[in-house]
Amino acid sequence: MSGEPKIGVWVCECGGNIGDYVDVQRVVEAIRPEVAYARRERYLCSKPSIENIKRTVQRLGLNRVVLACCTPKMHRETFASNLEEVGLNRALLEMVNIREQCSWVHKDDPEGATRKALDLIRGGIERARVSRPLEAKRAKSIPEVLIIGGGVAGITASLRLAEYGLRVHLVEKRPSIGGHMIQYPKVFPTLDCSQCILTPKMASVSNNPNIHLITYAEVVEVSGVPGEFHVKVRLKPRGVDPEKCIGCGTCSRVCPVEVPSEYNMGLGPRKAAYIPFPQAVPSVYTIDFEACTRCGKCVEACPRDAINLDDEERILELDVGAIILATGFELYDANDLPRYGYGRYPQVVTSLEMERILDVNGPTGGQLINPRTGKEFRRVAYILCAGSRDTENGKPYCSRVCCLYALKQAQLLLDRGVEVWIHYIDIRTPGRRYEEFYLETQRKGALFVKGKVVELIPEGDRIVVRGEDMMLNRMVENPVDLVVLCPPVIVTDETHKLAEMLRIPVDEDGFILERHPKLDPVATKRDGVFACGMVLGPKDIQTTTAEAEAAAMKAVNFLSAERLIEPNKAYLINPDLCDGCGECVEACPEAAISIADGKAVINEMLCSGCGACIPACPRGALDQQGLSEEQLKAQIRGILERSEAEVKILAFVEMEVAYTAVDLAGLARLEYPSSIRIIPLPSMSRLKLEHILYAFAHGADGVMLLEAPEHEGPYGKAHVISEERADDYRWELEDHGVDSFRLWYSRVYVPDWRKLKKVFTTFHDMIADEGPLDEEIRIQLREELD
Amino acid sequence: MPLGSGETLRLGEKLKPFRERVKELSGEDVGLCYQCGACSSGCPLTDEMDLLPSTVMRMVQLGVEEVLDSKTIWICSSCFTCQVRCPRGIDVANVMEALRQLVLRRKYDRVSIDLLPPEELRELPQIALVSCQRKLTG
Repeated sequence: MSGEPKIGVWVCECGGNIGDYVDVQRVVEAIRPEVAYARRERYLCSKPSIENIKRTVQRLGLNRVVLACCTPKMHRETFASNLEEVGLNRALLEMVNIREQCSWVHKDDPEGATRKALDLIRGGIERARVSRPLEAKRAKSIPEVLIIGGGVAGITASLRLAEYGLRVHLVEKRPSIGGHMIQYPKVFPTLDCSQCILTPKMASVSNNPNIHLITYAEVVEVSGVPGEFHVKVRLKPRGVDPEKCIGCGTCSRVCPVEVPSEYNMGLGPRKAAYIPFPQAVPSVYTIDFEACTRCGKCVEACPRDAINLDDEERILELDVGAIILATGFELYDANDLPRYGYGRYPQVVTSLEMERILDVNGPTGGQLINPRTGKEFRRVAYILCAGSRDTENGKPYCSRVCCLYALKQAQLLLDRGVEVWIHYIDIRTPGRRYEEFYLETQRKGALFVKGKVVELIPEGDRIVVRGEDMMLNRMVENPVDLVVLCPPVIVTDETHKLAEMLRIPVDEDGFILERHPKLDPVATKRDGVFACGMVLGPKDIQTTTAEAEAAAMKAVNFLSAERLIEPNKAYLINPDLCDGCGECVEACPEAAISIADGKAVINEMLCSGCGACIPACPRGALDQQGLSEEQLKAQIRGILERSEAEVKILAFVEMEVAYTAVDLAGLARLEYPSSIRIIPLPSMSRLKLEHILYAFAHGADGVMLLEAPEHEGPYGKAHVISEERADDYRWELEDHGVDSFRLWYSRVYVPDWRKLKKVFTTFHDMIADEGPLDEEIRIQLREELD
Repeated sequence: MPLGSGETLRLGEKLKPFRERVKELSGEDVGLCYQCGACSSGCPLTDEMDLLPSTVMRMVQLGVEEVLDSKTIWICSSCFTCQVRCPRGIDVANVMEALRQLVLRRKYDRVSIDLLPPEELRELPQIALVSCQRKLTG
């Protein structure tokens, strides 16, 4: 059904999301003479609209469809599969993004937005005109899941997936799973013994044959595609053979080295040969090589000969279909809240330290003694929002759990006769049985003072909390033995690194961005990658558990469906053109090309579709499915040739990472100049100098190459090759009379999407200042290219 | 009398006995008050008070004895609107009575009926007179 192109174009108003800024009617009228059919729709993604498209395609015998609406990452799949039902090959569907990359970012410039939408749609039309049908292949995903983080979230998700029958690899950075929950003596609002309810689950993890537990390890590299990720895990040297270790503890008893125990928040010691806590899973000792003096006493003492002080780190490689990120939280460093004197006054502790003090297995054996002073405490003040809900000194968000855990700790203290004061700005108890828990805490005698405390004054052995009682409109001074700070919960240090590796965006507070905050809360922006627990934002254990179960279900769903393998492979146009020079072999980052019988042979299974080989071929013998030379040039021409924009900037954007970042800028409604027109590419290494010259010849005043970072982009090395090429192109442009500053190259990290506004504006301003490219140069370029 | 503002209040152990005493006398746990303001909101006599009922509750909660110097505890007519509306189930009027008790036990009458001129006695509503006396105290 390809044949003579018969194109239908639909332009969506998206309610007012597009229609309020882009004059959709004007756009439709302008393109109507150029195509077989053009129509505007209020909501293109609605069922009646989709049915209407299908009917129209059949009725008019349309063989190309161009849909101008939101980002293709939103609805492309829906449209493509619906159109397949009426016989339209998915390669003949062209999506034009006029929402995230047009109407949402040019709200102040409706004229510019309308012109831009028209240009982008013409780009889509011209590209569709030369599109050819392609057969997509389907593949099964690897039925294994990687879960990063062995706290209550990771444990719950692991157990669910293992129950379902999938193979799970659970990676935990510490020597034992259990996370923070295992540090709490009790949990709110039930005052259950936390260790009593979590330990059986930890044991189930270690006993479940479907769960591959990898502790004392960290994920260092993630490559591949959703459904087929390749993961490298660094196993830290443990010094103890887990197969041989029986957990007898002899090594620890003879070890002469003491260091602060992480499990006890540094309030008590542990040995260099240690198990973090008695119920640790796996029940295996660990040698802390940073502290170990290599005296060898443990080696001698071990009855099982399990210790090897020359142990080295190892890299474990895993192939998984889906990944769940469950790396939890840590507390904001109280040392960075200088007003509260943490570290300066020994009477100031954090809430996590207090959890350990309250634990019978904690540093004081559960006695109400400040481990830093050795003194008993009888009066305690809690400072809530010690850094939370503070845009200037801390974090702007509510940490959500502090009110409740402070109430919990207060109850535990009050039960033992300690006087408890809680200095708060609002007590927030949204959650089942939480308000009742607050009332119960009041019944037990906790006293509440509304007013944010920012001043502590030492007074003998005590410390005076100075603040306002806003109810009495009067200053109060509260002399107490111990001050407990409730600092913000934040994502762990390694989460940002993992987010980069997984190519998923984080929000302004560092938490993982959900695919949709309301309707898809445990999926990330990337297919096959899910998250649960605190890494998505502050929350209680109950919600964390629910999210973990949801994330497990999402992973199951994802792995059950067959994946579509995009037909995006490089191919040899004509073997006669190839002289076997091997330049493409050199350029291919995937080693997918070889030379056989003097001709290039491309292995389709290995080809990732990055396009890096195509510009490398000196004879122009290579092309790419779905992104042919013809299509690319048609799109460039379509966008630029008849554009009425005053400044014309063509931005080639890497279509996974950088494109997502540009979409996020749209979602946040960041305003940038409407001169920017975007063409997505798998990698900037797909571009020949010829394409850039072609853009200048057809009207561009500036060309941007926005590449994915090497380790985040789907095509790894291809994203590096492009940088070298761009450098060369810049010099070669000068040879063609185009100033090199008219070519911009930069890398876009998803988490840094806010910077895009600056990037676009800076380049636009520079090009606008320098004025348009000389018309004579354009004419000359066109002659050269023809 | 610096009620409601002024001098910094020290929340030390010294405040505890007063708190406990009021609790003992009234039988009410003022610690349950979360300062929503419902007692003041429904009170018909707030215009005449120097402290709002909710402020009285707060002062008792913290153990601030100066509350005994307030007019409010005498103006309260024990109409019970506050305790009907209190979302934490505190009988506010009982607390007011306990506070009056504490004053009266110092053998101090704020209003002596004998000294009131007859014309004022005629004007005053009966409930106000009752409230000046030792209500619920026998």
